Amino acid sequence: MSKRPAYYHFLGCIIPHRYPSIEKATKLVFNDLGIDLLDMVGASCCPAPGVFGSFDRVTWATIAARNLTIAEQGGHPITTGCNGCFASLWDSNHELKEDEELRAAVNRNLADIGREFKGTIEVTHYLDVLHDVVGTQKVKEHVTRPLNGVRMALHPGCHWMRPKLVKKKDDSERPHIFREICETSGAKYVHYKDELICCGAGGAVRTADLKTSLDFTKQKFDSIAAAGGADVIVTPCPFCLLQLDTGQVEIQKLFGVEYKFDIMHVSELLALAFGHEPDEFGLANHLQYSQRKTEPNWERLNLRAKAKATA
Amino acid sequence: MGEIIRETISAGDMDPTFIEKIEKAGADRIRTCLSCGTCSSVCPSGRRTAFRTRELIRKALLGLREDVLSSPDLWLCATCLTCLERCPRQIKITDAIIIMRNMAVKEGFMLPQHRKSAQKLLQTGHAVPLDDANRDMRRELGIPEIPPTVHSSEEALAQVKEIMRLTGFDTLVEGEGTGAKQE
Repeated sequence: MSKRPAYYHFLGCIIPHRYPSIEKATKLVFNDLGIDLLDMVGASCCPAPGVFGSFDRVTWATIAARNLTIAEQGGHPITTGCNGCFASLWDSNHELKEDEELRAAVNRNLADIGREFKGTIEVTHYLDVLHDVVGTQKVKEHVTRPLNGVRMALHPGCHWMRPKLVKKKDDSERPHIFREICETSGAKYVHYKDELICCGAGGAVRTADLKTSLDFTKQKFDSIAAAGGADVIVTPCPFCLLQLDTGQVEIQKLFGVEYKFDIMHVSELLALAFGHEPDEFGLANHLQYSQRKTEPNWERLNLRAKAKATA
Repeated sequence: MGEIIRETISAGDMDPTFIEKIEKAGADRIRTCLSCGTCSSVCPSGRRTAFRTRELIRKALLGLREDVLSSPDLWLCATCLTCLERCPRQIKITDAIIIMRNMAVKEGFMLPQHRKSAQKLLQTGHAVPLDDANRDMRRELGIPEIPPTVHSSEEALAQVKEIMRLTGFDTLVEGEGTGAKQE
């Protein structure tokens, strides 16, 4: 009998604090797939690479390294469902293994809190686990409710696959792994011209200049519309999801243009395809719905129309 | 007929050590830049703002330190890494921008909203801390109301705060000044 694979589950900020539906959906999906997710007790912000990495690289690397040491102590790899957290943890793990000067600086700081970066664990994204460990064929075997007829646009985001020569995950100019995982759901992939451009939120731009960051997002939406539209946009990153989800409300305010896209994290898409009900993980809790007082377009998503019993 | 404005760069504005520092901090191959403009042409930010990656790199190579570090444009890169993927010289452009941002912050050029984000990290250990609405949502979903992170461990939070004290991050980001030139 083979042992169940186990990963330290790095939550970050956006998933547990703004989109807990992703956290719950991930737990359902990984449990279905026979993979253990372990709590990473005492983990902090990754910390956000484009924000805190831009302010002070040593602080960024030291806080990231502290998170890594939590997993090192337990001896299991990390998995995360956020491209930003992945970038911080994967990059710092990589850089600390290669750059002795940085490692010395970081370990000097860590020594003061009784920790040491050893470089003994790997950092993965859910996508790596789904593709490399489980395999798309086995993911497909768990699909009991194929989302047939649902038009699905993808937003892979930037930091899981770029830079391709360093990350060695996928060809970031012609990626296929994220698409293969999403296609196991039975939804129909819709290609659009601007699939690979950034959502606009990264690099501290969302904080620096909201309107500029939303203009990226708007370009994406227009590109999807030009490709005939989509019923759902799927992303492997909660920060991209936040930008695409609440971004619609903000775009309406700032640009006076209304978009009505349902946005899902890949974990939520798979939870639905695996037969879980949207209420089981709180799909309707996404911020655009609470802000607009709307619901997911159940009919378009090919899910049972659900009347709200209570107000 | 518009007046032709000639901008002259004087030797006094050029700091030859600037590019050395950027290079040493990890922006390999930056001196091999051809100024071909691939970076600017693929930049989704440059498409809608005055931010020009080629110009930024050129200025850095010329040593126009003050000009580069004080410019709010430095903060319009979304770090999507597309320029880095397509650079024919394989220059780590995004790394160079991050390095220059670190230098800018050290010299006090920091947007007030970025200081606010840094304060959140200092206080809570998270860039986006848990709020009441999400506590309720978590409880309804049957997952721990407070995640098993620094939010549920005083000791863990104290460690993260101690790191920020040791690196000087706390004093680096304090205050309310904008630093960056607002145009």
